[in-house]
Amino acid sequence: MDAIILQILNGLDKGSAYALIALGLTLIFGTLGVVNFAHGALFMIGAFCAVTLNKLLNLSVETVDPTRTDFLGNPLKVKTPYVETWFGPEFGHAIIDWSVPLAILFSIPIMIAIGFIMERGLIKHFYRRPHADQILVTFGLAIVLQELIKHYYGANPIQTPAPGAFRGSFDFGAMLGFDPNTIIYPYWRMIYFAFAAVIIGGVFAFLQFTTFGMVVRAGMADRETVGLLGINIDKRFTIMFGLAAAVAGLAGVMYAPINSPNYHMGMDFLVLSFVVVVVGGMGSLPGAVAAGFLLGILESFASMNEIKSILPGIDQIIIYVAAIIILLTRPRGLLGRKGVMED
Amino acid sequence: MLGLNKKDATLLGVVAVLVIFAPFILNPFPADSAMAQFNAGYPDLMQRFVIFGIFAVGFNLLFGLTGYLSFGHAAFLGVGSYSAVWMFKLLSMNVIPAILLSMVIAGLFALLIGFISLRRTGIYFSILTLAFAEMSFRLAYSVLTPITNGETGLQLTLEDPRILGQTATENGGIPVTNLFGLEMRSTEVLNLGGWTFQFNNGYYMAGALLLVAFYISIRIFRSPFGMMLRAVKSNQQRMNYTGLNTKPYTLAAFVISGMYAGLAGGLMASMDPLAGAERMQWTASGEVVLMTILGGAGTLIGPVLGAGFIKYFENIFSKINEAVLHSWFHALPDGLENAIVWVLEHFVGSGWHLTLGLLFMLVVTFLPGGLVEGGQRLGRLFGRKKDAEEKTATQSTPAE
Repeated sequence: MDAIILQILNGLDKGSAYALIALGLTLIFGTLGVVNFAHGALFMIGAFCAVTLNKLLNLSVETVDPTRTDFLGNPLKVKTPYVETWFGPEFGHAIIDWSVPLAILFSIPIMIAIGFIMERGLIKHFYRRPHADQILVTFGLAIVLQELIKHYYGANPIQTPAPGAFRGSFDFGAMLGFDPNTIIYPYWRMIYFAFAAVIIGGVFAFLQFTTFGMVVRAGMADRETVGLLGINIDKRFTIMFGLAAAVAGLAGVMYAPINSPNYHMGMDFLVLSFVVVVVGGMGSLPGAVAAGFLLGILESFASMNEIKSILPGIDQIIIYVAAIIILLTRPRGLLGRKGVMED
Repeated sequence: MLGLNKKDATLLGVVAVLVIFAPFILNPFPADSAMAQFNAGYPDLMQRFVIFGIFAVGFNLLFGLTGYLSFGHAAFLGVGSYSAVWMFKLLSMNVIPAILLSMVIAGLFALLIGFISLRRTGIYFSILTLAFAEMSFRLAYSVLTPITNGETGLQLTLEDPRILGQTATENGGIPVTNLFGLEMRSTEVLNLGGWTFQFNNGYYMAGALLLVAFYISIRIFRSPFGMMLRAVKSNQQRMNYTGLNTKPYTLAAFVISGMYAGLAGGLMASMDPLAGAERMQWTASGEVVLMTILGGAGTLIGPVLGAGFIKYFENIFSKINEAVLHSWFHALPDGLENAIVWVLEHFVGSGWHLTLGLLFMLVVTFLPGGLVEGGQRLGRLFGRKKDAEEKTATQSTPAE
């Protein structure tokens, strides 16, 4: 029992990332009808927002401390981050320590702005073009974004630590009443899952309970009619694109401490996210979320040693096997609607 | 000629001339001039031009005609490479059996994957092919290591049996791939004035196969079978309602295009006898999609142009570095020189991917029909209106 719970927990953090990216992809596809291959790049840019904020906060002024000397006998040079000089050492240090959660605030306006620019500047011109063209142009854009990041941040992963309070692991099993030390789980992964749940819940609540969300849902069902009723649906869809970009960006920001960001992390996630979206059913938001968690958890179960000893290599391919089986038995994915992208 | 109408025969002739004289055409600059780095006439790159040309022509038979967008074609290329290397290991270093086997194995593999994947259409088909290809890639990396040699890649060794050939040459080296004694890697060099032209055996064999592949592709485009595939693309539902089972046709197209990919993989292994799993990765599948669409999907010559274009940029742009840029703009005032170099260095050398990405965006945005459409527009611009209209009548639009 505890082994099963442990594997489910292990699957949750990857599943959360898949679900968040797939949610954004589906939002874009459902509203604008565009297959966005640059969505992985948005995830990556989000992660680099966290890196950037961390670097900005760590900008330091170098002062010479004459009372202390380094090992060569010269006066010691002390680096003090500007934040510490401005806000006092303790509060300043806390700000630097909490750079990743702070990056959430930092990244939202950036991601929404990037989303707006992308939609208005490029994707707007591709609504009436075939899906292949959309895939190609967003793929090109993804390469461009990736190369720009590589140019300014280098090709190596950049470590971005979580706040000190959340580093390390805790004994989750003991909290649930199992034997101690059976289920040890890192704090940050738990937080990532909770964060993803909040974001997903927020997006659904936004679509379900606000007038804006109602109009967007109506537009997803029948864009033309909504337009004829005198609603500027294009403007609302643009906002939804910004929102989807922000969701991907936030997924990236919070993922930075789990996996040190590098410039191709977006592409690694993109392919799997597409599998997730299609398994969930093109255009279905609950489907995307469910499939994200399902595949994430399946993947972690397949990497158990007991299963690997029976079926060697299964952990590498389980997601694809599951995708093939689901697509062959349920032609439109788990919760897909009829007639979406079948022509 | 050869069952082709006059226009297709001309097209084939033009391609044949280009292939035969490529060592001259791709080497327009003297070897010691500053422009020599734009020369593409060296064997390695020319081989890649024709091999990826074959790959893209085959992909176009599926995507251009039926509109089924496969995202897993690199799997067939990889399988072809592995089979060819195994043939070199077990039978002999002659490339003919290796290439034949790689086509057969890739064809069988395509039959299996196609049979399952073609049960779905649209993006579901794309994701199924992608899933199969990624599965093959990951299995080749992990569990299938006895067959694929995992991360190192499959290589020839001195212990291979090679029943019909020799295990090792007299001086103890690994024998080289050949076509009945004609070594694939050997190159004739012709020095003419300042120019150096290289004629490589492997290139000419691959080039000959490209011509055969291109000829078959023309015949398929013009055949009733090709017409049927186009009908599937324009409206599969209507085809089904008329009582026609389209699956045998699409499956045949899938297998043929898989065999083209296998041929390309076999040729790749023949030029350089090693095979790695990364040839099957989805980025490799994406590359052939890009080549085909960039050149012009559904056109005859488009995929070849696209393949050449991408490979040229990949190899030439990535070689230009900061020092080269400085030497070009040497004559300018220092400040201006530095500014220009600073801007340009983003786009060349290790940043050539940026150029590639921008180019894709520009081509897709402004030339949806790919390079072929660009050529047609240029042709129309210079007043050859009648010719252009005829061309568009015989060509289909890019697939969805």
